[in-house]
Amino acid sequence: MTLKVNGNTHTVDVDPATPLLYILRNDLGLQGPRFGCGSGQCGACTVIVKGNAVRSCITPASAIRDEVTTLEGLAVGGKLHPVQQAWIDEQVPQCGFCQNGQIMTAKVLLDKNPNPTDEQIRTGMANTLCRCMTYYRIQAAIKRAAKARA
Amino acid sequence: MSDLTKIPPHIEQELSRRNFLSCAGMLAVSFSSIAPPAFAQGSAGPYPDPNFRQLDSWIVIHQDNTATFHVGKTDCGQGTGTAFRQMMCDELDIAYDKTNLIMGSTDTTVDQGGSGGSDAIQVDGWPMRRVAAEARRVLLEMGSQKLGVPVGQLTVADAVVSVKAEPSKKVTYGELIGGRRFNVALTGGDVNATTGTAKVKPVQELKLVGKSPQRYDIPPKVDGSLKWAVDMKAPGMVHARNVKPPVAGAKLVSIDESSVRNLPGFVKVVSKGNYVAVVCEREEQAIAASRQLKVNWQKPDTAPFPASEDLFRYMRAATPTSSGRPVTLGDCAAALAGAARVLEADYEIPFQGHTALAPAHAMADPSNGQMTIYSNDMKSYGMRDGIAKFLGMPRDRVRVVWMEGPQGFGRTAADDAGFEAAWLAKELNRPVRVQWMRHEETAWDTKGPAFACKLRGGLDAQGNLIAFEYESQACDHNHVGYNEAETVLISQLMGTRKSPPNRGGGAVPDDSYAIPNRRMVSHVVGLPLIWETPLRTGNLRDPNGPQVTFASESFIDEMAAAAKADPVAFRMKLLTSGTGDDSGFKRARAIACVKAAAEAYGWDARPAPKRVGSGEILTGRGIAYSFRSQTVVAEIAEVEVNRRAGHVWVRRLVCAHDCGLVINPEGLRRTTECGMLHSLSRALKEEVTFDTEKVTSVDWTSHPTLTHLDSPARIDVVLVNGDPNPNRPDLPHYGGGETICKPMLAAVGNAIFDATGVRLRRVPFRDARVLSALKAAGV
Ligand code: FES
Ligand code: FES
Repeated sequence: MTLKVNGNTHTVDVDPATPLLYILRNDLGLQGPRFGCGSGQCGACTVIVKGNAVRSCITPASAIRDEVTTLEGLAVGGKLHPVQQAWIDEQVPQCGFCQNGQIMTAKVLLDKNPNPTDEQIRTGMANTLCRCMTYYRIQAAIKRAAKARA
Repeated sequence: MSDLTKIPPHIEQELSRRNFLSCAGMLAVSFSSIAPPAFAQGSAGPYPDPNFRQLDSWIVIHQDNTATFHVGKTDCGQGTGTAFRQMMCDELDIAYDKTNLIMGSTDTTVDQGGSGGSDAIQVDGWPMRRVAAEARRVLLEMGSQKLGVPVGQLTVADAVVSVKAEPSKKVTYGELIGGRRFNVALTGGDVNATTGTAKVKPVQELKLVGKSPQRYDIPPKVDGSLKWAVDMKAPGMVHARNVKPPVAGAKLVSIDESSVRNLPGFVKVVSKGNYVAVVCEREEQAIAASRQLKVNWQKPDTAPFPASEDLFRYMRAATPTSSGRPVTLGDCAAALAGAARVLEADYEIPFQGHTALAPAHAMADPSNGQMTIYSNDMKSYGMRDGIAKFLGMPRDRVRVVWMEGPQGFGRTAADDAGFEAAWLAKELNRPVRVQWMRHEETAWDTKGPAFACKLRGGLDAQGNLIAFEYESQACDHNHVGYNEAETVLISQLMGTRKSPPNRGGGAVPDDSYAIPNRRMVSHVVGLPLIWETPLRTGNLRDPNGPQVTFASESFIDEMAAAAKADPVAFRMKLLTSGTGDDSGFKRARAIACVKAAAEAYGWDARPAPKRVGSGEILTGRGIAYSFRSQTVVAEIAEVEVNRRAGHVWVRRLVCAHDCGLVINPEGLRRTTECGMLHSLSRALKEEVTFDTEKVTSVDWTSHPTLTHLDSPARIDVVLVNGDPNPNRPDLPHYGGGETICKPMLAAVGNAIFDATGVRLRRVPFRDARVLSALKAAGV
């Protein structure tokens, strides 16, 4: 089957029922999305498809008709996406393992709502978990990125 | 391995330091100009121990006048690597961005134990500073010879040695030694005592220490370029998944391999004792096969444990398996008998999981008679020893390459997956990657022990606290060791029985309060099933601290309320009425922290509870203080309690934190914010539940965690220097991390009491529990 990811088209020989996560990680070498729960509860595996945050651990590859963007595909021409830059400026991560999900979910949130309120940030990010509890800084970084993009 | 980008750059660099062409195909990487580290003599295997008494094991200066530091620590996500670099750069006199740092790989960094105990800065930072100072001393001597000028007439800045009176006469570190060895012996009875003859600099001369360079590990975590332990692959690698007993203590009767034999990619079912794993070519195939494999298990004759709702009754009735020696002061019984007012309370803290964001994982490569384990184990050195013993291999044929992973809060001190990967790799004689599933991790990871605490306190007629009695049962009789071959889960499942088991220690409160009469004692109790159990205990971020401090600092608040005293003033009186102090001035620093927290919060003195209002949302604030080792913190939580829903939102947090000399203030602030929220999660959400056969909290629904919705609107972190001589040139640097986790449960409980007048003595404060307590109290 054929998958378009971060601007490149790949042909992979796998069972189309395979969750997208394993194809991205093990066949395409894209390791931004990571396994956290495998059941759609944490967001560590998030990718972006058609402007939506998609949990690749529960999405069969066969369900993907459009281009997939992973964390590796956010930067343009070597320049980090404003959300990524805000993450560095705010020094958000502790271990960083969840941050793929946080960054990808935040990007989608800001694309849909460039100037979210505190409440909208909380609810928009509610299901993206961080066990290091970087929530406070993530929320600050989202506001910082919103400002930078304005 | 053809694609070198599969190996992380820092690992690649490490590997290139050693000629492993003969050893393992995947390690055949290019040579570099870096001098090899110094090793102990007489080792036959490919991985002798780096010798900590050789300067070359710690610091390598390159020809381009840059330096690489090698330290035996790991970073759990607090940015300790950045702090190490700051300290070593300052002592060596080299710019931060001209250095890099390698951590935690057993063959290229000396054994400093990995991480644990929040001692990275407090303990391990010292040898790092001393060896860097020694390197500077040696380089100055070399510069003296080269420039023909006595050392006293030289100065050094940014790795350039120059003549003070004639700055154009200069030579770089790289020119002096770049690419060559120091060949300088160090001394010291153990790695912590490692030293040369140079002295470290006075605090006032440190330039990077106290500043906040950004963490070097964050950009690659944000742009997706970092290779984590979960990302490691090797040619011919296969994927394994475990099949755990469905019921704790079950015995394997038979495996029906035909149930999976025809699945695509199937390689093998491997089992020994009650350990079962399925191996397949692809990851998703291994997952599918592990779900489909038919295994016949026999339930144990007796229930492995009581159900979680009966746990505390069971613990209180159980005969202790061991007891700590009572800590006594004065005559507590007599003081209680003569007290004007006596209070008694029971506090309960359930088992709480480590529940890292991602489950245990590792990849092991057995090529050419050696074994390399790629792992996020926080104690990689101990893991290497444990695995060597478990596999019956010589230590110097085994190495652990530490790589980043999800923070585990102590979980990876007994990292099961590394042992499993290594054992499977040996069985199959090919590289194996193991990863646990979410339900497996949440059910079977190590647990922080449950505590049942009984407290009694006595006030005199003037409201002074004159007696304090504490007695606890900790359910901690099967504490796993650090990567012990006998106590990791695979070993237990295979039938290893360490006898007696590693009992946990229990714990009693630690504080600097001047209470004239005390009696404090802790007991350890066990569950019926000691081995192969999902309720095995391990060190959970500040082992025992949050449990004990929840009881003690909540109870101090109860005593303050009974004395109709303001909770801050009550504590200040207990702290200031003492005399004398320990060598770390913890009492003086506790006073400074409690004061600083109250000031930062804007605390108005009044007794708790506040008069309960009539609205739907009740607000209140609570304080708690604690120390661990030498670090002191005071924390204040401000809560909103929804009286109709029972929901608690902590909308503001304050922490006053004193860990002596702060290396990286911004890094410490982040660690403090996150550490408080981790403990807040334990206060509000986390509890391991089980029936009499198995753990029933197995994912993020059944074992909830704090989310973005719970994040406070405001957090203030105040860094305090409460040392009586705050500008002393030898101000020590204490550990920043785990102390933060201690007081939060009590601070939140105290705030809920302030808001509602209802005292909650059992965590977590989930909505249903809070609501029923409010209803029972008529709030
Ligand atoms: S790994 Fe996909 S949501 Fe958790
Ligand atoms: S930063 Fe560690 S899990 Fe989020």
